[in-house]
Amino acid sequence: MRFQIDDVTVYFPYEHIYPEQYEYMVEMKRALDARGHCLLEMPTGTGKTVALLSLIVSYVLAKPQQPLKLLYCTRTVHEMEKTLAELRFLYDHLPSGTRLLALGLSSRKNLCVNPSVVSASSRDSVDSSCRRLTASWVRARAAEAPPGTVPSCSFFESYDRASSGGPEAVLLPPGVYTLQDLRAFGKERGWCPYFLARHMVNYANVVVYSYQYLLDPKVAEIISREMQRECIVVFDEAHNIDNVCIEALSVSVRRVTLDGATRNLTRMTQEIDRFKATDAGRLRAEYNRLVEGLAQRGNLPITDAWLANPALPDDILKEAVPGNIRKAEHFLSVLRRLVQYLKGRLDTENVETESPIGFVASLNSQAGIDQKMLKFCYDRLHSLMMTLEITDTDEFLPVQTVCDFATLVGTYSKGFSIIIEPFDERMPNIPDPVLQLSCHDASLAIKPVFDRFQSVIITSGTLSPIDLYPRLLNFHPVISRSFQMSLTRDCICPMVLTRGSDQLPVSTKYDMRSDPGVVRNYGRLLLEMVGAVPDGIVCFFVSYSYMDSIINSWNEMGILQDIMQHKLIFIETQDVVETTLALDNYRRACDCGRGAVFFSVARGKVAEGIDFDRHYGRLVIMFGIPFQYTLSRILRARLEYLRETFQIKEGDFLTFDAVRQAAQCVGRVIRSKADYGMMIFADKRYSRQDKRSKLPGWILSHLRDAHLNLSTDMALHIAREFLRRMAQPYDKAGVGHQKTLLSQEDLKKMSEDSGSMV
Amino acid sequence: MGVVTVTAKFKPAVKEPGIPGMLRMTEERFTFTPTDQRSTVKLDVSFSKIKAHRFTKEGTKQALLNILHDTEKGGGYIFEFDNFSDRNVCRDFVGKVLGKFQTVPSPVQNAPELSTLVHGEQISAAELERRMKLLREDSELQKLHKQFVMSGVLTEAEFWAARKNMLDSDTYRTSKQRAGFKSAILADVRPLTDGQSNKVTFSLTREIIHQIFAEKPAVRQAFLNFVPSKMTENDFWKKYFKADFLYRAKNTLAAAAEAAEDEELAVFLKKDDIVAEESRRKIRRVDPTLDMAADAGDDYMHVMDHGILRDGSKETADTDNGLPQRTLLQDLNRHAAVVLEGRSNEVELGDTRAVAEALAKSKQVELSNQAEDEDANPDRLQRLRRMTEIEDLQGSQNLPFAALCIKDPREYFDSQHAIALKTLRETGGGTKFDNLILSAKEAYEYLVDQISEVKGGMNGPVIQSEAAIKILSGLNQHVSSTKYNLGKSPQESVLGRLPNKTKDEILDNWASIQELLQHFWSSYPITTSYLYSKVTRIKDAMTQIYRRLEEIKESVQSDVRHQVSLLIKPMLQALDAAFAHFDNEQQKRSAKSEGRHNGVAP
Repeated sequence: MRFQIDDVTVYFPYEHIYPEQYEYMVEMKRALDARGHCLLEMPTGTGKTVALLSLIVSYVLAKPQQPLKLLYCTRTVHEMEKTLAELRFLYDHLPSGTRLLALGLSSRKNLCVNPSVVSASSRDSVDSSCRRLTASWVRARAAEAPPGTVPSCSFFESYDRASSGGPEAVLLPPGVYTLQDLRAFGKERGWCPYFLARHMVNYANVVVYSYQYLLDPKVAEIISREMQRECIVVFDEAHNIDNVCIEALSVSVRRVTLDGATRNLTRMTQEIDRFKATDAGRLRAEYNRLVEGLAQRGNLPITDAWLANPALPDDILKEAVPGNIRKAEHFLSVLRRLVQYLKGRLDTENVETESPIGFVASLNSQAGIDQKMLKFCYDRLHSLMMTLEITDTDEFLPVQTVCDFATLVGTYSKGFSIIIEPFDERMPNIPDPVLQLSCHDASLAIKPVFDRFQSVIITSGTLSPIDLYPRLLNFHPVISRSFQMSLTRDCICPMVLTRGSDQLPVSTKYDMRSDPGVVRNYGRLLLEMVGAVPDGIVCFFVSYSYMDSIINSWNEMGILQDIMQHKLIFIETQDVVETTLALDNYRRACDCGRGAVFFSVARGKVAEGIDFDRHYGRLVIMFGIPFQYTLSRILRARLEYLRETFQIKEGDFLTFDAVRQAAQCVGRVIRSKADYGMMIFADKRYSRQDKRSKLPGWILSHLRDAHLNLSTDMALHIAREFLRRMAQPYDKAGVGHQKTLLSQEDLKKMSEDSGSMV
Repeated sequence: MGVVTVTAKFKPAVKEPGIPGMLRMTEERFTFTPTDQRSTVKLDVSFSKIKAHRFTKEGTKQALLNILHDTEKGGGYIFEFDNFSDRNVCRDFVGKVLGKFQTVPSPVQNAPELSTLVHGEQISAAELERRMKLLREDSELQKLHKQFVMSGVLTEAEFWAARKNMLDSDTYRTSKQRAGFKSAILADVRPLTDGQSNKVTFSLTREIIHQIFAEKPAVRQAFLNFVPSKMTENDFWKKYFKADFLYRAKNTLAAAAEAAEDEELAVFLKKDDIVAEESRRKIRRVDPTLDMAADAGDDYMHVMDHGILRDGSKETADTDNGLPQRTLLQDLNRHAAVVLEGRSNEVELGDTRAVAEALAKSKQVELSNQAEDEDANPDRLQRLRRMTEIEDLQGSQNLPFAALCIKDPREYFDSQHAIALKTLRETGGGTKFDNLILSAKEAYEYLVDQISEVKGGMNGPVIQSEAAIKILSGLNQHVSSTKYNLGKSPQESVLGRLPNKTKDEILDNWASIQELLQHFWSSYPITTSYLYSKVTRIKDAMTQIYRRLEEIKESVQSDVRHQVSLLIKPMLQALDAAFAHFDNEQQKRSAKSEGRHNGVAP
């Protein structure tokens, strides 16, 4: 269907539209018109992504005179695939002849088609095996040597040959390209998909990639450097965006890191000696370059760039590298002193917390390294590695980490703290010293994004309370709104379960969680539900260790065997490959009617982005409240920072954070209004007003008073009733004037009405 | 099974001394040849005629075996043996052969029980179970069974003889179905301790071995490698369970020590390479929208030591000792995956080695099949596309569907029809009942007109689609409503208007009449006295029902009496016809017997 919002013709790929989707589009249109940022909360299961994509694409198409680009950021690669699939669906419904190029961008590991490179197991090794074949100096050597003696990548070579005819010679035809499409295209043409995609980013109308390509300065500097101001940036599923920002600027140093760095430094010294003997000119040329103030940022070939400076470009002053680290040997000795100093700091018996300023001061007095030298560490290292023609960058990760740390510590004086812990709190017997530089201020990493791009849209199913995000991220949205869900029928059924069938309270409070009575009551709850609910059930636990222990106890109690009589069991583990396969099997078990239970962890990878819609999830059970580990020093430092800077109370923040995770977990069951699902919050603390009120509005509005204090048998009864009700046929369009599905005519009528009112 | 030949004495009666000779048994028959060539007693009996066998207890005076051809009257062949061991050989042989013929699992125990149950028929336990199952599933059948078989109107055999097809189709289905793996994780190989010594016992069955092989390809591979060249099967399992026990006890240090000492044992504790390889292969074909492994390749944030390391949300796993931790969680995942995969059909539970080989082979085949379809998988794309669409925003789609298997069509169509009628009435599109015939006629004429028009010239508009739809729906409604009008729709039909009690009674009686009439008519022509007695019994039962129907007719209230009598009429007629036939035959019979008496033909 197509309809008008003001002057824009919106193409929507379905025959009907939900009223909240329409409103969402209207609000977003206003934000785009105002060229400002906006914050939109819309419940899951209302087709947020497709509404967003279709409005922005239509908006871009409607204004050909000002070329806009959409940068769509997802948290994970599989969400990227989902978004691209929706985009392709939209593309099929656009008027024919529309030229639209959309592509996903990921790392070499997901895009490489060279079989010898992609067989490497980790990302870093794929990166460096690629570099071993494509670095400029390797290719130069290959060009000189007789063919076949120096290995090279045929895909890159043919891409390079093709692109020598000008940037226009290598273009993707219009369309929507997922990672797999890119690989297929690359294989067919014999072009390297990774570099092709990197190249095409400049031409594409829509680019879908991961958050870090914009937020993490190390990556953003390389990938997103050339993006113009006329971009619409969307952060989807952005309820965790503050955590992502913080992580992007945090580094930790362990003993292994320092040992590795020492080895790296030794090898670099050897390399320098070798170069001195054979090619002293190179080192001198580098020195001259640094004197002139060009760090390595010049026009490097695309294949040579890797992770960039961890600090933000604006913070690095446009000044030359300080004189005392311009010479390679001097720089190395500075690094050695730094590593030595850090080793000394790690040998502590006590926990130490320090601010960056104090740290830099003591570093200066004890090792003679000043703040300015620290600040340039990363750039200097980068330049040196380039000069030394080091291709196996994965071997040099430790020294890069140390330089990252140095640069961050030298750049920022506020919003960070340095915490040295001799051992993990929970395992005090195992010495494992860590020096952590942790960022507390989420606004630091996202600031350049807000400054640089004209519209930034932050959207998710759970952004409650919506006024907190602008404070955390320090920006001023032109529009900030939370949408309600209009429902044809009560297709979600949230419940708060406070007691087991024996009427004893259940909770994951620290003093109660290992109580066998609570464990048994949780088990009985699941067992009862497994017998009553068809298809898929998802369970979320508060942490991996808790899940592990409770599953082991269930196994010993025999509850697990009973559950398996009804449904198969799949579990998220720390191993992503295994988890992915478990999920795949889970889906197949639901598809074939066998039914399955999936055990997962709040804040885990599955909770972050996997949908359990339709028969893949008829019930979610959230066992406990997923509070963060409050004894963690990093968390406490952050809470302190929040209290001082934003006047946010500790308890409030912790509850906010825990409840948004819980809401996020249970929100994954609904995909559309034809879908239905139940949510059980199994902890007595959910019945308290201060916890419950932090749930997003669309859950709260369905949480009846009668469902606030249930025991297992009552919950079972409600579940049976609910499922029976949902199995009845219903009128999809909604009744009366409370329409929940709008057709093209309805929209036309609505716009006419509003027109006549004006 | 071969042939058994022993010396024995044949005794025509228990008291008699017996004739010495050779008893020879094959799978089909047994023969007795007396030593005394002149003796006329020679036996050659087929086992198919034999119903059961009996024998004396060990330790009694005589070692007797009685092979019965009629269990009730006790007619049979009695043999006396020199000793009990000879007798036992023969007894076992006969038992086996009979078991084959009649599928009686243990004739000794079943024989007395069966004779009370069955008239002239041996049924196996499986058969019995199947009948019970049918009865349990179908309440109407159960009611009939109770009414007639329990009360003695029909015998069990007669009742089921009319339902051979039900039993047959059932056996067909059960034989076809393959049982999958058990859902429960291997709980039955838990170690058992006797509490006194330090001994731990594990018990294994074929089924468990099969499951272990399927879930742990490394064990399977090890079995193929080690057994029998390096160790015996028994030793192999001992080692396996030793490793398993160490793992269960969570004694990683001891496990590491054992593994260092014994390299075969280490195989069980090591990470399963075959599973790892399989998962590497599978991960490439996984749905990209849930491929979290791809994420690991995109996450620059967790480049070594970046991001927040120790905030409590991430747990640091210690993998210090050489052996990787095999956790319960992994086991559960693996188990569920194997159960989901199901077992391949060619693997028969039998020899352990054969099982291992077959499993290995089936995996190989799978592997080669998978090799091709890595990238281009249209099915996957199709699925992905379906997943992304929001179903209720889209118009309807033609999804593939499976045909319904309806157990009770009456119930099903009743409800469907009621809904259809309701919607029709609500939309107001349908024509009224009364003028239906008229509209049908009209429609026909209209159609004829239209067709002639079409024939006349194809240029003009062929038919107004609206009119066509109206006519078609009108016709359809007419057809369907008349078809189901009687007794098909609870609101509309005559039955629906009756009080529930009467309705149930009528339906019950209707079912009984059907059953009885079927048996009644199938017994003709009466050739044996048995059939005669059956017919008489059935006739009596029918008379009772006849009376009951009359009672119903009288008891109902006047406003529905007409309808009830209309309903009952065909039943009564059918019964009348049966009675008339019976009386007729009866007369003929008595006439015949009289005639025979008098010696005069009628």
